[in-house]
Amino acid sequence: MDIKEFISNFAEQFDDLDASVLTPETEFKTLEDWNSLVALSVIAMIDEEYDVTLKGNDITGAKTIEDLYNIVSERM
Amino acid sequence: MAFLELKNVRIVGMSACVPKSIEYTKDNPYISADYDYEDFIEKTGIRSRRKDENLVTSDMWCAAAEKLIADLGWNKQEIDAVITCTQDPDYLAPCTACITQDRLGLSKECYAAEIPLGCSGWVYGLSYLSSLLSTGCMKKGLLLVGDARAIIPTSDPIVGFAATATAIEFEEGADGFKFHFGTDGSGWDAIYVPDGGTRNRLSKDSFSIEEVDGRKLCRLQSRMNGMDVFSFAISTAPKSMKKLAEHFNLNLEEMDYCVLHQANMQIDEIIRNKMKYPKEKVPMCLPDFGNTSSASIPLTIVSQLKGKVEEKLTKFLCCGFGIGLSWGSVAFETENIVLSELVEI
Repeated sequence: MDIKEFISNFAEQFDDLDASVLTPETEFKTLEDWNSLVALSVIAMIDEEYDVTLKGNDITGAKTIEDLYNIVSERM
Repeated sequence: MAFLELKNVRIVGMSACVPKSIEYTKDNPYISADYDYEDFIEKTGIRSRRKDENLVTSDMWCAAAEKLIADLGWNKQEIDAVITCTQDPDYLAPCTACITQDRLGLSKECYAAEIPLGCSGWVYGLSYLSSLLSTGCMKKGLLLVGDARAIIPTSDPIVGFAATATAIEFEEGADGFKFHFGTDGSGWDAIYVPDGGTRNRLSKDSFSIEEVDGRKLCRLQSRMNGMDVFSFAISTAPKSMKKLAEHFNLNLEEMDYCVLHQANMQIDEIIRNKMKYPKEKVPMCLPDFGNTSSASIPLTIVSQLKGKVEEKLTKFLCCGFGIGLSWGSVAFETENIVLSELVEI
């Protein structure tokens, strides 16, 4: 698992978002298209790709994409 | 481990009742402040729901039961037990099962009790009723499940009104039901109604409006932590069905249908993929009826499988999961059953 691939998978959960605008430091909840439906897709993606099931607190507690990546890495 | 096998019982018929009145998702102005109805339909799969704020739960399951009793040719005096399951009872007390005995004109020599579960309720209800019937002292029983209007009108774009009737008979030698159950009460507040019980009594504050996940709700309306429910559903439901298969040596590939609680399309698709079932084995009524709580599994069977399964031997695997948090999986076979025409009132 590397963070580039994680960011690319993360970007795919949005309707129309270029992965190149995202960095590990991106505060994903400030993205214009972020909403609770996208959050569910991110949970689904992480479950499928990394076999880790995040809970609501994991998403609400994370600020940057790297925060999420670190949670997933720890639990893999 | 919460496994259970009950023999000498079988489903002989099922029926379902929904309101005539259709509410289309695209016409609901209260979807969310965060996303529009097109995003909502894409993710949840819910295009419309049946809803009629004039109907209480027993109106709907009595209509379903009357139709099924007529189609089966049952004599009402022979119905020994009625188990009901709802989260929207007609009254806070007494339980709706007792009211239903009278409304349906069943014998006073009738066992009647209610289970206040939600999305797992049909599977739990099957275990209650089958337990009563499997010794053969009682011969015929009805399981009535569903939810109609809540104590406060809801603009929830997920929930649809429905109620169903499932008729079960004692039959010596019948293969019966195989169950797996689970509960995680630590997730009690993943879906809940804050006020109106004895913990938080009804008060003026119960009517104050709060913003929850982009929607305005009072404290007598159900709210959900969508992310926690989502995580719970996609991980727990497949595990429960696999545990059931492993414990009872069931071949998952031999199942004709896997009928899931109709939660939302994204959840059910993930579960289907984890179970490796093709779409044709996992019928869905969600797009037209929404999430119908405890009624969702039997409503799916009645509305999607009528004309396909009645006579022939059919193997079912079903899983209900949700509020509680509570879940249950069941495997059973049907042959020569009655599936009534959908009742619309």
